[in-house]
Amino acid sequence: MNTTPLDTLPRSLHLVLALGLCCLLAFPWVGTDFYVQMVSRMMILAIFAMSLDLLQGVTGLVSLGHAAYFGVAGYALAFITPAGEPVSLYASLPIAIGASALLALVIGFLVVRTQGIYFIMVTMAFAQMVFYLFFDNKILGGSDGIYINFKPDALLFDLENKKVFYYFTLACLIGVYAFLRRLLWSPFGRALAGIRVNEHRMRALGFGTFSHKLAAFTLAGALAGLAGYLWGAQTGYVNPELMGFHMSAHAIMMVILGGMGNFAGAVIGAFSFEYLLHVFKDLPEIAGMQLGKHWQLWMGLFIVALVVFAPRGILGLLQRLFQSKGES
Amino acid sequence: MSTNAPLLSARDLTKRFGGLAAVHQVSVDLWSGQIHAVIGPNGAGKSTLTNLLSGDLPASSGTVSLHGQDISGWTPEQISTRGLGRSYQKTNIFRSFTVGENVRLAAQSRSQPSPFNPLRWLQSAAHMRDVNARAERALELAGLLQRRDTLAGAASHGEQRQLEIAMTLATEPSVLLLDEPLAGMGVSEAENMVQLLLRLKTDHAILLVEHDIDAIFTLADRLTVMVNGQVIASGLPAEVRADRQVQAAYLGEEEPTDALEVH
Repeated sequence: MNTTPLDTLPRSLHLVLALGLCCLLAFPWVGTDFYVQMVSRMMILAIFAMSLDLLQGVTGLVSLGHAAYFGVAGYALAFITPAGEPVSLYASLPIAIGASALLALVIGFLVVRTQGIYFIMVTMAFAQMVFYLFFDNKILGGSDGIYINFKPDALLFDLENKKVFYYFTLACLIGVYAFLRRLLWSPFGRALAGIRVNEHRMRALGFGTFSHKLAAFTLAGALAGLAGYLWGAQTGYVNPELMGFHMSAHAIMMVILGGMGNFAGAVIGAFSFEYLLHVFKDLPEIAGMQLGKHWQLWMGLFIVALVVFAPRGILGLLQRLFQSKGES
Repeated sequence: MSTNAPLLSARDLTKRFGGLAAVHQVSVDLWSGQIHAVIGPNGAGKSTLTNLLSGDLPASSGTVSLHGQDISGWTPEQISTRGLGRSYQKTNIFRSFTVGENVRLAAQSRSQPSPFNPLRWLQSAAHMRDVNARAERALELAGLLQRRDTLAGAASHGEQRQLEIAMTLATEPSVLLLDEPLAGMGVSEAENMVQLLLRLKTDHAILLVEHDIDAIFTLADRLTVMVNGQVIASGLPAEVRADRQVQAAYLGEEEPTDALEVH
């Protein structure tokens, strides 16, 4: 069985991705508002999952606190949006992303010196600290969160329009994907992959692995911030759950579900995860047991099964499918 | 043969693990154009010494200077950047990368601006001319040009040993620490490696840890014998070979001295 990482996507998978892109482009013309919003949310989560994949799949750093950087950008938008009018997109987006990047830089400075299980624990601890900072302080919105009354003002287009917001999000998704794919094959990306495979040797070769990991952590935080900003703008509401443990854990599951280390997997994982969530939550009541209420159980079982049968995620599964077809 | 100042100079290096001194008061000088071989039975502290010189392990006491600069307490990446390259006894490569990518990555380490520089995120790694030139040269020196597209983990043991050297050379070091480069190699592979080391000697200062006695006496300009973490003899190979203590402790017990004649 082929177990090489999928960082070079085979042509057949490019085709699948192109097809997916066509569907995304056409969707607002066939879907109802409800589903346009739902797919917008999936795309936002796909950006979030890709940002985590930079750490988890490329650099080998499993962060269990990535939602902190997602949530902080949403809060940044909430704080700078006045109660009675919208805030400029071009001012608020850099501020929100900058807030996430700064938080990631500071926390990253402390956590990227740890490795393996310690890294997981410390990233989670810091994210919980951020969570409770917002949860416990009324001035920061407390447990209720904050409303964002207006979507950011983009001058050239109207983000209040659901279709326009959809396409704006899609443009962000494509932009982030193209950027990260480019980065994967840049000297920086190669160095990050080297750190994942053999950090000890990287240091012996003269690479400052600390600064490389810190740069990756900061960049991943900034991109998570972009996703969090879009989330806040779309839902018009932020609360501490956005930076909570579940959000972080879901992101990890999305990346694993889709297939790590190539960003396309993270996108596929985010869409699949959200879709499955939708399906599992809608499960009927059978013999007095509300199956839909226990969606987390079904999701857990599904992920376990997937990891056992398709350790490289959905993308790996697809590739195997195409390969066996090509050979026969 | 030797220039006036050593490129690398270690003074009274000691490494203690708890009560055990794995390396005790060892001093070593490496000159350009010379191979300094270190031999000794298993557990003599040869690899530990290498790790102390390369910064992989911090020394308990003693100093190391490289190009006249005190590098005691430096990290491995700082020492590498300063011109010291090392290979590992236990093959230490990027197994899931191709042979070519292993060497390219090593070569890339010599032209790295800050990872926070966004230009570094968008540049194409495969099109860095200086890096490719360095990688090409290292692949050629190690005789791996034909194997560049093989996955490193799937290469033969001998090729992995060659790769180990190629990666070290791609960082263009002036001082080389080679920890048993011949270990596990076939006869012809070993012969190639000996020829390569002779070529490298002309413009490198080399510390060679090795078990292969024939290779040692073909290659070594200076020879140090370690037993239980201490140097029991050091000097020209002929002198060391004649040393009573060395013969008793390491070289001559099973065979008479003429088994160690230079071939």
